[in-house]
Amino acid sequence: MIEERISEWRTYLRRRQAIDAKDVDELEDHLRSQVTDLREAGLDDEEAFLIAVKRLGKLDTLSREFAREHSERLWKRLIVTDAGESGANWGREALVALGLAAAAGVAIKIPELFGLKLEDGGDAAASFYVRNFSLFALPFLAGFFAWRRRLDSAAMMGLVTPFILGALAMNLLPFGSGGHTELLAALHLPMALWLAVGVAYAGGAWRSHDQRMNYVRFSGEWFIYYVLIALGGGVLMGFTMFVFGAIGLDAESLLNSWILPCGVVGAVVIAGWLVEAKQSVIENVAPVLTLLFTPLFTLLLLAFLVTMVWTGSSIDVEREVLIGFDLLLVLVVGLLLYAISARDPQAKPGLFDVLQLVLVVCALLVDALALWAILARISAFGFSPNRVAAFGENLILVVSLGWSAVLYARFVRSRGDFRALERWQTRYLPVYAVWAWIVVVIFPLVFGFQ
Amino acid sequence: MPPGIDIAKDLVAASGTPLVLAILSEGESYGYALIKRVEKLSGGVLQWTDGMLYPVLHRLERNGLVEASWGKSQAGRRRKYYHLTDKGAEELADQQRQWKVVNETLRATRFTSFRLAPKGI
Repeated sequence: MIEERISEWRTYLRRRQAIDAKDVDELEDHLRSQVTDLREAGLDDEEAFLIAVKRLGKLDTLSREFAREHSERLWKRLIVTDAGESGANWGREALVALGLAAAAGVAIKIPELFGLKLEDGGDAAASFYVRNFSLFALPFLAGFFAWRRRLDSAAMMGLVTPFILGALAMNLLPFGSGGHTELLAALHLPMALWLAVGVAYAGGAWRSHDQRMNYVRFSGEWFIYYVLIALGGGVLMGFTMFVFGAIGLDAESLLNSWILPCGVVGAVVIAGWLVEAKQSVIENVAPVLTLLFTPLFTLLLLAFLVTMVWTGSSIDVEREVLIGFDLLLVLVVGLLLYAISARDPQAKPGLFDVLQLVLVVCALLVDALALWAILARISAFGFSPNRVAAFGENLILVVSLGWSAVLYARFVRSRGDFRALERWQTRYLPVYAVWAWIVVVIFPLVFGFQ
Repeated sequence: MPPGIDIAKDLVAASGTPLVLAILSEGESYGYALIKRVEKLSGGVLQWTDGMLYPVLHRLERNGLVEASWGKSQAGRRRKYYHLTDKGAEELADQQRQWKVVNETLRATRFTSFRLAPKGI
């Protein structure tokens, strides 16, 4: 009985950031010595345990004292892990992640055996890699989560299907070389597959609202990690060129044909694993960035709208411009999603919520203008894959943002629940997946692979 | 020492380091034994919140005044033992001088006689 109580107490203590496993051992020795003495004095197990725990002091005060002495522990370390069962687990996880990253690195080099050179391989090879690049990275990330969450066979089937479908669509459809549909499909496949990875991330429970929200959080953190790894990789490559250049050797072709492609796909898995491993370790960064940039983007959109009205100019519809506005909307949706994911749903509406609402409304106005411009272009020049894709995306984002604005306005005026907004966003996620698949599979057929 | 005296929090905190160093100068020891020893020596007056001793020990360890090593208790449990280093011994001597000055200064005033004098005088 007392053993049970002590192990409970250990777990409880272990949750404190400032107290590490060795400290817990030390405190446990103390606790047990005390218990032994108290028992010898005639107390029973239960009493002895309670008094001994009480004499150690209040947990909050204790952990504050430890934090004062070990302030570095508040900067939680990711790589150094504690011994014990969690340590063994961590090691295995690291091995699997590194193994999968290496496998991704090998996979992207396999086509070279069949003559499809990544560098200077001609049009056919270039188009092959453009169409398939996400298939060299995301299956391995999905594999990591499938292993981590111990997916059952039914969920496994559900997970494998989209990847097979993607691979078949990309390689069996007779895309016209360098055509628009090919490029669109190549751009939308990662999006479609990313949501498939979400199924693995959720451990098959992809219908769960909370799991979807967690996947949104994961995606933001993953992106930040990926960018950081890419920056580090860039520095590494720069120095590689530099040191070999210093002895008269050119490392560029080695870097371009090996380190760069293998690193790009491998880092996808590594970033996923790091986010997973550090989940509880560091404060999430994405919400902080959201807090920082929401006011700035609101300002940008307001300034843009005012300038447009002031100067009376209209949006110049070039392809890049359309893509740019789509990206702007994606960004606003992202800001909204992360603000939502980090917000305490119980909290009362505050200034930041009003700001968020202003941002969404501005984005809607800007988007209405962009939509108008696209429609004008479609009516003048007819349908093209690019225009329809841009229009579709715009429409999807407008619906998402529009209803969010309604829900947000209700919430700010204290007439609605914040959860409704959260649920709307998570319920909407599959729409993005469906649209991405439409662009990947249906577009080429409809537009004749042009 | 007369029982029933509450020692002010600040004084307990300030006396922690010299007491730990002094007890360790008698030989290697561990947390629980240190607390028991302080309790015994003070006749039960100086009672630390047990857990608070450990951050103090860790600070002394970081500053190189004590060194720690993991050993086993009689019951076979992992136990962390602390012993005084040379630097710790120097620090102890220094602290002893400081406390002596404080003590002597207090004695020179009417503070001590006033406090310890029986009631009614």
